[in-house]
Amino acid sequence: MRDRLNQSLRHLPTWVVYIVGTLPAPWLFYQGLTGGLGVEPIKALEHEYGELALQLLVFSLAITPLRKFAGINLLKFRRAVGLLCFLYVTCHLMVWLVLDVQIPGQIWADILKRPYITIGMAGFLLLLPLAVTSNNWSIRRLGPLWRKLHRASYVIGLLGAVHFILLVKGVQIEPLIYLALIVGLLLLRLPTGRAASSGRVRRQGV
Amino acid sequence: MAYRWTNDLTHADVTPRGAFLNRRQIMAGMAGLGLSTMAGRAQADDALEPNSWEDVTSYNNYYEFGTGKGDPADNAHVLTTSPWSVTIDGLVDRPGEYDFKDILSEMTIEERIYRFRCVEAWSMVVPWNGFELSDLLAMAGVQDGAKYVAFETLYRPEEMPGTAYRVLDWPYREGLRLDEAMNPLTLMATGIFGKDLPNQNGAPLRLVVPWKYGFKSIKAIVRITLTDEEPPTSWNMSNGREYGFYSNVNPEVSHPRWSQATERRIGGGLFAKRQPTLMFNGYQDEVAAMYEGMDLRKSF
Repeated sequence: MRDRLNQSLRHLPTWVVYIVGTLPAPWLFYQGLTGGLGVEPIKALEHEYGELALQLLVFSLAITPLRKFAGINLLKFRRAVGLLCFLYVTCHLMVWLVLDVQIPGQIWADILKRPYITIGMAGFLLLLPLAVTSNNWSIRRLGPLWRKLHRASYVIGLLGAVHFILLVKGVQIEPLIYLALIVGLLLLRLPTGRAASSGRVRRQGV
Repeated sequence: MAYRWTNDLTHADVTPRGAFLNRRQIMAGMAGLGLSTMAGRAQADDALEPNSWEDVTSYNNYYEFGTGKGDPADNAHVLTTSPWSVTIDGLVDRPGEYDFKDILSEMTIEERIYRFRCVEAWSMVVPWNGFELSDLLAMAGVQDGAKYVAFETLYRPEEMPGTAYRVLDWPYREGLRLDEAMNPLTLMATGIFGKDLPNQNGAPLRLVVPWKYGFKSIKAIVRITLTDEEPPTSWNMSNGREYGFYSNVNPEVSHPRWSQATERRIGGGLFAKRQPTLMFNGYQDEVAAMYEGMDLRKSF
């Protein structure tokens, strides 16, 4: 079963992932234009893009544990997932800048003054170098440094979840689920997790 | 209570845009005949465009039915709103459980077109139907020692899926100082657009305090208590740093997470522009005197 899945995944070209993953961006924008996102489309669009970005972030962080613990190999798609995440974070940010806040003087003030925006912005800035180095040339060029650099995604995941928790009113369940997922996926990377999976696969002590 | 409040928003603010433009043309014609004061009035009204039934009934904060803006419209239809009774107790002459129908039979329903401003920096113009809270309080007989009015929303988990999560400490609670409650602007709404309140808008009976952020306008009221102490209120209990007891609309006092200087009118589409927020949501003349001598940055 697992082998058959991996087999078919091997035959799935990455360009399919890029195309399918990009389509929701213009589709959601069109929905916003034509009333499909309700009577306050700016906030709805901002939220949709942000949530998709967070889901892609969770997915990208799940790829390594999936291979380690379930034997499902999605490594080939990790770059696509990461870049799509960057695309949606950028869309989310653009909606906030251009459609939501609108007032240039207020943008910088908001970044400095409001923790959830500061944290969101930090996440975006950390994501930038990862997106820029998501190509074969950079991997060759940076060598071992590339792996270290891309561990920033752990921090970005946490920033994204905290950003969501802080922006909602009251204690809401949905952003807490994202945080739990991200923390869980990061815990699976702890050395004990690695030891348990090395050699004979013993699923314990995770 | 020295006067009864009259609308400064008119039917022009709720009629469809086409009809509204016709009216403007008529007014322009009248101006040509020398009726310039009326034309001036029409121009002042131009600043506000009507919100549609869909805007008002599909975009709601009502966490008992979910935290998404569309959740109340999706989930609130299961709420039983009849029979309904309201307990009025505390420092009143005639405490008791009042049947909603009996209350209605005593009250005169009128239309009030108010600006509605959410703490999240969006706004609407809503044509409410209802009666003045002061009339209801007069019915119960407010005693001398009363200084505050506390309100409570229905808490019925089997009909309110949102209460499965402790987003807030249910039941939802709100409160006003007695003079705020007695202000002629303070409305107990029973309808919108001349129809009964839809459940997502707080049926069958909700408060409307148009110069305060929307969360003060508590929905589905089942208890009104007159007290001599400032009552605990839900958002203030949950996060006192962000939500004060007064929560007057104030463009100069920034919420920790949202600037309150500007707002966006719901229904403007993807490219809606922000507009400046008015002090006390535009009701400064009617309510500012109640806060004289108070530091509204501290008592926010």
